[in-house]
Amino acid sequence: MADESRTVLEMRHITKRFPGTVANDDVDFDLREGEVHALLGENGAGKSTLMNILYGLYHPDEGEIEIAGKPVRLGTPRAAIDAGVGMVHQHFMLIPVMTVAENIVLAEEPTHGRAFLDLREANRRVTEISERFGLAVDPKATVQDISVGQQQRVEILKALYRNADILVLDEPTAVLTPQEAKELFEIIRGLTAQGKSIIFISHKLNEVTEVADRITVLRRGKKVETLPAAGATEESLARLMVGREVLLRVEKGVSHPTEVLLEVEDIHVFDDRGIQKVRGLSLAVKAGEIVGVAGIDGNGQTELIDAMTGLRKVAAGTVTVGSKDVTHDSAFGHFHAGLGHIPEDRQRRGLVLEFSIAENIALHDYRKAPDSRFGWLYPRRLVQRAARLIREYDVRGGGPATPGGSLSGGNQQKVVLAREIDRNPLVLIAAQPTRGLDVGAIEFVHRRLVEERDEGRGILLVSLELEEILSLSDRILVIYEGEIVGEYTPDATEEELGLAMTGGGRGQEEVA
Amino acid sequence: MSDLETPSPTDPSGLGPEVRQSLMGRYDLAQKAGGLLAPVLTAVLAFFVGGLVVFATTGKNPLATYRAIFDGAGFNWFFPWVTGLERSNAAANMQQTLIITTSLILTGLAVAFAFRCGLFNIGGTGQYIVGAVLGVWLGSSFAGMNSFLHILLAIVAGSLGGAIWAGIAGFLKATVGAHEVISTIMLNWIAIWVGVFLFGLGGPLQNDTQTYVPISNDVLDSAKLPVFWGDPLLQGLHVGFFIALGALVVFWLLLNRTTLGYGVRAVGFNPEAARYGGISVPTNYFLAMAISGGFAGLAGAIDILGWQFRLATGDVQGVSIGFVGIAVALLGRNTAIGVALSALLFGGLLTGTSTRNLDPEIFKPELASNLTLLIQGLVVLFVGADIIVLWLMARVRRRRPA
Repeated sequence: MADESRTVLEMRHITKRFPGTVANDDVDFDLREGEVHALLGENGAGKSTLMNILYGLYHPDEGEIEIAGKPVRLGTPRAAIDAGVGMVHQHFMLIPVMTVAENIVLAEEPTHGRAFLDLREANRRVTEISERFGLAVDPKATVQDISVGQQQRVEILKALYRNADILVLDEPTAVLTPQEAKELFEIIRGLTAQGKSIIFISHKLNEVTEVADRITVLRRGKKVETLPAAGATEESLARLMVGREVLLRVEKGVSHPTEVLLEVEDIHVFDDRGIQKVRGLSLAVKAGEIVGVAGIDGNGQTELIDAMTGLRKVAAGTVTVGSKDVTHDSAFGHFHAGLGHIPEDRQRRGLVLEFSIAENIALHDYRKAPDSRFGWLYPRRLVQRAARLIREYDVRGGGPATPGGSLSGGNQQKVVLAREIDRNPLVLIAAQPTRGLDVGAIEFVHRRLVEERDEGRGILLVSLELEEILSLSDRILVIYEGEIVGEYTPDATEEELGLAMTGGGRGQEEVA
Repeated sequence: MSDLETPSPTDPSGLGPEVRQSLMGRYDLAQKAGGLLAPVLTAVLAFFVGGLVVFATTGKNPLATYRAIFDGAGFNWFFPWVTGLERSNAAANMQQTLIITTSLILTGLAVAFAFRCGLFNIGGTGQYIVGAVLGVWLGSSFAGMNSFLHILLAIVAGSLGGAIWAGIAGFLKATVGAHEVISTIMLNWIAIWVGVFLFGLGGPLQNDTQTYVPISNDVLDSAKLPVFWGDPLLQGLHVGFFIALGALVVFWLLLNRTTLGYGVRAVGFNPEAARYGGISVPTNYFLAMAISGGFAGLAGAIDILGWQFRLATGDVQGVSIGFVGIAVALLGRNTAIGVALSALLFGGLLTGTSTRNLDPEIFKPELASNLTLLIQGLVVLFVGADIIVLWLMARVRRRRPA
């Protein structure tokens, strides 16, 4: 936008060290009035550290910050808010049982005589700012009843209510549907038109080029470059982020599906609270194909995966792996029937963080020869296998004895991948296999999944990232409220899928 | 188990150190962050604060008091310049220290093993009592039995008894999710009152000769553990000491060289990942508790066969060794070597401050044994507050230019 406009924020020579790493190394960052400045970088590049410094959560070891031309010391979030900085976290900080207005005015409530909450005034003020900035919300609605996209608006309004001029949006589209993301971009344009300045943190290249005016790329704690968004391509940005050429498109040939390896028939699954999450769902995965399951978070994907992998009771229906009925088997039974499972949450489930890489790789097979015999473990054999897989899968940052927890996210995922694939499973269930990974690691995981498909495994990919589903899958199933509501070919558009994901595509199945 | 499936809130900042929620995870972190230094520092801090209390309450020189405890525990036996009568005294004291160390190693291992599975076994006392009761019952029966077999029988039975006792808590945890802290505490009281009933007046295991004394029969000579250092009549050091050393090795091998130990540790670090990996979490809860109780039961049987030889109702009610075991395991960071060292430390403290050993000129013995309790409490406090110790260490490190 306007290049001559006033600079509202200037961060100079910011350095922040943590034991063992330099999270920010002499980083400069500035923000002009009315612009969207995207902060781009892989995980661990230092984006969040920089923004947490701006929000008063961390103190920089070196460097200075100026807001509206005045040097400031942001010791606490309170100081940052007072200086006009608002932050919308990736995970919302809202109280679900309170109303929209109550959440927005929280800690700065209008009162009668400093003692009694003036709800009418709160509703009035919320309505006023929501109209002024074009963020339609119902102030009296309870937060838990509104959609994720609306909750995000509430977060933005919360910042605006506190007179934020600088808004930090941390990966704001991660939780949104494509349609909601479009609406968010409209909101962002509206805000900048009214003079607000926005820092947009993301690792999604297409969004950044769409919404930002300028882009700053961080890599390993250092600023690589600040460039105007006009003229930047996804390829050039990826190269800046990773430091080398990256293949953004997955290269894959035509699939040649053969026999059915995973068959789920009419299963019903309940969650921990006894609410039915999967309602009579059926699907089949054949050898040599990648089947993608697209859907918005919370539509039964987690329960479906758990039920298919023996981690949750199947109330009705059957699950067959190969030719074996494993419906009522434990996770152990599933693994030994030929299932591989890349879990949704590698820190909570995929790895024992305190275990060494060697021990983590032995997780499914430590009770069998050659890992052990008659209950006696042979650690050296564990180490040998780990050493081989570390080489094969290019795991960096440690050897067989390194604890899983000290690896980066991408390398942790490589360990999980190595373990699951090396067992030579018939079917691989990959749940959000690239969540939180950086571009380089995503490329690795995607390539590997396609290779395994070509090896003749069946792969079920469950992901919240539509782009990932579209670029990897040979067939796409859309899950909505615990049911498969449509099957699509990979040339379906994001809009088509997005509509089906929100229940709009019901009934109009388009079978490949 | 449904309580394992609640989703974890992911770290919103996305950059803090890895989320380590489990009990064992936290200890692991403390161990890695502090290494050997943290437990040593913890002990030093506890002794320092203990010294301050000595000075504040009695005005005595804390260093002289600690020196007296050191000698009272027989640690001066290690100094070659200590000779003559002083040396034989030191040897006798050292034997007492090692007798207590023996049972502390075992009760410490009992707490540590459960800890490695993420369980807090507070029931060492009850499991110890069950082991002691079985030890005294079997040890005082079967006159004329081959000595080796007699000892083996009593020890194995005592250990099994402890295992079953703790296994009850493990079983309840595994099946209905009853918290092991609550159930082991309740099992402690059941063990205590069953013991009082058994040896009390008219009780089924009360002795046959003195019907007015609430005490068991004496352990027969054939079941007594041989003494290898010192005078058997003056409570020399029995071979149970080697059984405890062997238990340390077993503990280490079991955890690090067996599939059972792998499962126990996996569950202890991250039950959800273990479950995902195909490991049965309930089975491991049960096994870890049972093995843990086996160590404590072994301690009870060995004490009976090694030096106590009989059990009175008052002894049953006064068992505190199970609780000291908690402090031993905490200070020893739940490792074999750590438990060995901290058991020796606490064994020395208990012996050094007992009425018999401490020079009354220097410090009133009845105060001194309270000093043990004080230091014990401080250790638990400081270990529990390991964050404080780590924080102090981090501060010191920051002051020093890197």
